[in-house]
Amino acid sequence: MAQVSINDNIMDLVDGKPVLKGVRCKDCGNYVFPVQKGCPKCAGADMEPVQLGDRGKLWAWTIQGFPPKAPPYLGEADPAKFKPYGVGYVELPGEVKVEARLTESDPALLKTGMEMQLVADSLSTDENGDEIVTYAFSPVN
Amino acid sequence: MSDVAIVGIGMHPFGRHEGVTGMEQGAAAVRAACKDAGVEWSDIQFAFGGSMAAGAPDTMVSQLGLTGLQFINVMNGCATGGSALFSAYNSIMSGAFDLGIAVGFDKHERGAFRIESGNKSGRDWYGGSGMALTTQFFGMKINRYMDQYGITQQSLAKVASKAFRNGSMNPMAWRRQPFTDDEVLQSQMLSYPLTQYMFCSPGEGGVALILARADQAHKYTKNPVYLKAAIVRSRRFGSFEVLAPSLAIEHSAGPTIDASKAAFEMAGIGPEDVDVAQLQDTESGAEVMHMAENGFCEHGEQEHMLANGETEIGGRFPVNTDGGCLANGEPVGASGLRQVYEVALQLRGGAGERQVPNNPKVGYTHVYGAPGISGVNILTT
Ligand SMILES: [Zn+2]
Repeated sequence: MAQVSINDNIMDLVDGKPVLKGVRCKDCGNYVFPVQKGCPKCAGADMEPVQLGDRGKLWAWTIQGFPPKAPPYLGEADPAKFKPYGVGYVELPGEVKVEARLTESDPALLKTGMEMQLVADSLSTDENGDEIVTYAFSPVN
Repeated sequence: MSDVAIVGIGMHPFGRHEGVTGMEQGAAAVRAACKDAGVEWSDIQFAFGGSMAAGAPDTMVSQLGLTGLQFINVMNGCATGGSALFSAYNSIMSGAFDLGIAVGFDKHERGAFRIESGNKSGRDWYGGSGMALTTQFFGMKINRYMDQYGITQQSLAKVASKAFRNGSMNPMAWRRQPFTDDEVLQSQMLSYPLTQYMFCSPGEGGVALILARADQAHKYTKNPVYLKAAIVRSRRFGSFEVLAPSLAIEHSAGPTIDASKAAFEMAGIGPEDVDVAQLQDTESGAEVMHMAENGFCEHGEQEHMLANGETEIGGRFPVNTDGGCLANGEPVGASGLRQVYEVALQLRGGAGERQVPNNPKVGYTHVYGAPGISGVNILTT
C-alpha cells in the first residue's frame, strides 16, 4: 500500500517522512505556512518557497475530544471508534509556529515548552487504496 | 457630548424555533424595537442588517413594508452586529440621517460551525487533518493562559454556572436551567480544558436597535441610552487567532486590546467607570481572558475575582448579566446586538429579576470572532 501526502501544496513525503512547505519573505525574512502570496508582516510580495524545520517546542496545545464533522475530516469520525487526538502549535526556531496534530493525547503528558519532532500521521485510505498521510508532532523523549 | 442615542430596542427570543425563519425572527425584533421607540417602520430612514446564514437582510423589507429606505447588508463574521451598529452610529454622526436601525438575526444548523476551506487545489488538508475547528483555538488559548497566569479549571466552571444562573432569570434566553460548577466540570470534555457546558452553541434569534440623533432622542423615549463609542478592529501581525495554520514567532496584542483602548479613548472614560459589561463568552475561558484584554483587571486577577463572586449580578463588576453566549447561544448576526440590547435594558433599569443594583450608568459590550476581529461599544445613561 502506497502512502500519499494529504496535499502536495503543503507537504511532501520523503522516505515516509513529511517535509512542510512554507514561504519566506525576501524583503523581511518572515516565514508563513502554508505557501501564500504576499507577506503579512511587511506587505512585501516577493515570497520564496522554503522547507520548514522538523524540530521545535510546543507553544500551545489542546485535545480534540469529539469527532470532527466528516467531510471534511478524513480520520475516524465514527463516535464509537473515535480516539481523541492532540492539537497544538509548535514553534520552529527562527521560522514560524505551525499548527499540527499531536501524536500524544494525554493531557498529563503534554507540557508547553517540550521538544517536539515532526512525524507522519496516517488518516485513512483514499479511493485507490493509498494511505492518506498528514503531518503531526510527537514529543521527543 | 454624545451625538447618538439608542431610543428603541427589540428582540426575538434566542434558542431553537422550529418553523420560524431567521429573517422572521429579525423582522419580529424590528417590530418590537419600533414599538419600543413609538415609531412606525415608515419613519425609519436607513437600516444596516446582518446575518450569516439566514438570508440577505435587506430582503426583510418585503415582510416589514416597502418604504424605499436605504438598507445596507453587513457581513463581518462574529462582529457582524457590532459592524452594523458602527455603521448606523456613523450614519447619524455624519449628519446624513436622523433616525435609523441596526438589525441582526440568524439561524444556524445544529452542532459546531462547519468551516469552509480556502483550499485552492488538492484535498482540504486543514479540515481533513481535523484542525478546522474553532473549539480547538479556544482550548489552546485558555490552556496556555491558565498555565501562564494561574487560572484554574474551577474558575472556568464558575463562569459557566454564572451564565446559566443569569440565563435562568432571562425570559429571552435559550438555556434557562441552572447548573452547578460540578455539573459543568463533569460534562463531556470537548477541547481540553473546556467541557461541553463551558461552550456556547450556534443558535437562533434576532435583535434590533433604533438609533436617533441625541438631540432628538426625547421625542422617542424618556430614557435614551447614549452610544459613546463604537469601534471595530481587525488583527495585527503576530496576534494569536482562530483557524490559523501558522502563527508568527513575534507576539502582539490581539484586536480586543486594540478595540478596547480605542473605545475608552473615544468615550473619554476608563474601565473603572463601567458598571455592567457583556464580554464575548464563546466559551468560559474567553470571558476570563476578555476581562483582562478589555482592561478590567490584570492577567491572573480573574481567579480571585471569580472566587469572590465579583462578576455576579450583585458583584462589583457584573459580566454577562443576560447569560451571555453560553446561555443564549450564538446566532452570529444577532449576537453582538444582543449584548447592546442587554446593556441598554440594564441602563434603563428594565432588566427585572436580573437588574444590576444601584442604577448602573455606564455599560460596555465586546465581541470577538474569526478570523481575528473585535468590536467594542460603550454606552451611558
Ligand atoms: Zn515581509
